[in-house]
Amino acid sequence: MLKTILRRTGKFAAIAAAGLVMSAQAAEPIKIGSFLSVTGPASFLGDPELKTLEMYVEKINEEGGVLGRQLELIHYDDVGNASNARNFASRLIRSDRVDIIVGGSTTGATMAAVPLVEQAKIPFISLAGAVVITTPVKEWVFKTPQSDRMAAERILADMKDRGITKIGLISGTGGFGSSGRTQTLEVAEKMGIEVLADETYSGSDTDMTAQLTNIRNTDGVEAVLNFGFGQGPAIVTRNYDQLGIELPFYQSHGVASDSFLELAGDAAEGLRLPASPLLVPDSLPEDDPQKDVVQSYKAEYEARWDSKVSTFGAYAYDGLMLAVQAIEAAGSTDKEAVREALENIQGYVGVTGVYNMSPEDHNGLEADSFRMLEVQNGDWKLVN
Amino acid sequence: MLNRFMQMRLRDLVILAVILFALPLFLNNPFHYDLATQMAIIAATVVGLNLLVGFAGQISLGHAGFFGLGAYFTGIMTSNYGWSSVPALVVGAILVGIVAWIVGRPILRLKGHYLSMATLAVGFIIAIILNNERALTGGPDGMPVPAFTVFGWELSPFGSYNLLGMELNGSEAWYLFAAVVLLVAVWLAQNLIDSPIGRALRSVHGSEVAARVVGVDTARYKSLVFVVSAIYASAMGSLYAHFQGFITPAVAGFDFSILFITMVVLGGMGSTMGVILGAVVLKLLPQVLADFQELETVMFGAILMLTMIFMPKGLLPTIQTAVGKRMKKKAGGQA
Repeated sequence: MLKTILRRTGKFAAIAAAGLVMSAQAAEPIKIGSFLSVTGPASFLGDPELKTLEMYVEKINEEGGVLGRQLELIHYDDVGNASNARNFASRLIRSDRVDIIVGGSTTGATMAAVPLVEQAKIPFISLAGAVVITTPVKEWVFKTPQSDRMAAERILADMKDRGITKIGLISGTGGFGSSGRTQTLEVAEKMGIEVLADETYSGSDTDMTAQLTNIRNTDGVEAVLNFGFGQGPAIVTRNYDQLGIELPFYQSHGVASDSFLELAGDAAEGLRLPASPLLVPDSLPEDDPQKDVVQSYKAEYEARWDSKVSTFGAYAYDGLMLAVQAIEAAGSTDKEAVREALENIQGYVGVTGVYNMSPEDHNGLEADSFRMLEVQNGDWKLVN
Repeated sequence: MLNRFMQMRLRDLVILAVILFALPLFLNNPFHYDLATQMAIIAATVVGLNLLVGFAGQISLGHAGFFGLGAYFTGIMTSNYGWSSVPALVVGAILVGIVAWIVGRPILRLKGHYLSMATLAVGFIIAIILNNERALTGGPDGMPVPAFTVFGWELSPFGSYNLLGMELNGSEAWYLFAAVVLLVAVWLAQNLIDSPIGRALRSVHGSEVAARVVGVDTARYKSLVFVVSAIYASAMGSLYAHFQGFITPAVAGFDFSILFITMVVLGGMGSTMGVILGAVVLKLLPQVLADFQELETVMFGAILMLTMIFMPKGLLPTIQTAVGKRMKKKAGGQA
C-alpha cells in the first residue's frame, strides 16, 4: 500500500517536473484571471461564463495563443457572494499576478472588486449588467453586457413607435428588478412616457394577480412592462393571461431565454422583449454584421458542452475576445497599454453587439444592439 | 518561572499578542495581509459571540444581522451624512445594543432556546430591510464605504504610512490596526469572564435553577451578555465595512450567521483562543479549497463533520487536553 503511494508520488513528481521544464522553455503565458459565480444562486450566470472562457482559452491556445504566448486561465468561484469576490480579486491581483481580469458575474461581485482593481491598476472587464459599473466611467473598469438602462430605452422606444405613452410597471424586488425599475422610471420621464401604475412583487411570490388587477384598474394604461428575473416574470405572464388583459405586454431582457418560454407556455404569446441576437441566430438578416459570430458561437458552444447556449456565456465570449484584441493591439501585456487599447477598440463585432469603446464609454454598446423579439407560436420572432 | 507564566490570568492574551505581531514575518504579499486582517476582525466578532454561546449557553442565529447593521450604519452615515468613522461606529453599536436589548430582554426570561428563534427572525428581518431600502442601502447590489478616518487622518488599505520610522503600506497598517483591535476585544472579553458577571454567567450555563436558588438574576445577566455580544458584532461590522470598502446585504445574511456559530462550535465553545482558531480555520478553508472548486462544499462539510464527531469539544480544547495528558505522563515518568 505504502509502496504504491510512494510510487505514485514519484510518478507525479516526475510529471510535474517535466511540466515545469516544458513551461520554462515556452514563453511566459499570459494570465487571464476570473472570478465567477459558478455555483450558488447566480450559477445560471457563472456556469455558462466559465464554460465559455475555458473553451475559448483552449481554442486560442491550439491556434497558437496571443502574441505567440499561451493563455492561462486562473479562475475562482465566488458562489455569488460579494465578499468572496473581493477576496478572490485580491488573490488574482496580488498573489497570482494576472495580466487582466475577465469576470464578475453579478453587479455586487463586480462592484466589490472595483476599488481593488482601480488601485492595483489592472484592466478589468466585468460581465455584469447594472449601469453603475461604467457610469461614471472608472479608468480600469469595462463591461460587456448592455445595461438595464439600455433595455429600458429599447422597450420604451418600441412602445413609442406603437403610439403608447401611458404604461403600467410591475417589477421584482431583487437586484435586477429594482435596478430596472429605477432606470425605467428615469428613462420614461425623459422620453415623455407616463408610468401610471408602479407595482412590485418579491422573488418568492407565487401569485401576482393582485398587482396586475391594480394595474388593470388604473385608467389610461396602454401597455404593461414587467422588469424581473427568474420565475417571477413567468408567473406574471401566466396571471396576465388568466386575467385576460388585452393590453400589449413587455418583458425585460432578464427572461430572454428558452426556458422562460417553457415556463410561461401559451400565456407568453404576443409579448415582446429586448434580447440578444443569440436567441434568433437564424432569422437575422443576411447583412447583419453579427450573424456569423452569433451562429458560430452558438454552434461551437453547443457542440462542446452539449447544452443550450445562453446570453450570459456570450458576455464572457465578448469579454475574452475584447481582452485578446486589446492585448494584440497593445503588443504586450503592459497594463496601461492594454487599458488604452481596450478604450480605443472600435467596431469589434461580438455576440452581444458591436462594441465602440471610448474614454467616455467603457461599455461601447448602443441600445439597438438589443433586438426586439415577439413570441409567436411558442417561438421567438424578430420584429425590430 | 514557566509554571508561573502558564498560570497567569492574561497568559492567553500574551500568547496571542506574540502570534499576531510575529505573523507578518510569514506574510509575503498584500493578499495575505488582506486575509489576516479579515480574520482578525471576524475573530473579534466571534470572541463576542462566544461570550453568549460559550458562557451563557444561549445561541444566536442572527448575529450577522447585528454585524450587518453595524456595517450599514457606518456605511450610510460616513458616505451620505459625512460622519467621521468613530462616532458612526459608536452610535451604531449603541443602537444595535438597544435593538438587542429590546429583542433579548423579554425572551431571556424564558428557559430554553427561544433566543435562537428570535434572533433567527431578527437576522432575517434585518437582511430583508437592507435588501429593500434601496434608496439608503443600495439594495442587493450593495454600497461603497469610504476609508476609516479619525480626526481627518485616513486609514485606507491603499494608502502608505509611517509608523516609528517603519514604512508600511495600507494592507500592513490595516493588519496592525486589526490585530490591536482583536487584542482589545480579547482583553475585554477575558475581563468580563473573570468578573462577577462572568461567574454568574457560568453558573447559569451550569444549572439555571441552581443559579437562581443562590440569588443570581439569570434573566438580567443573560440579556446583558447578549447585548454585549451584539455590540461586539456591530462594532466589528463597522470596521469590516471600512476595510472592505464595499458591502452587500450578504454581510447580514443567514449564511454568515451560521458561519459565526460554526466558528464558535468548531474552535471550542467557551474557549476564547479556541474560537479565534475556529475563525482562522473557517476563513482560510475557502482559499485553501479554491483549487478543488467542484469539491469545495463537500470537503468543507466533511471537515466540519469529522471535527464534530472526533472533537466534540472543539479544536483547541481537544488539542489542549491531549497535550496536557502527554505532559502529565512525561512528568510522571520522570518522578
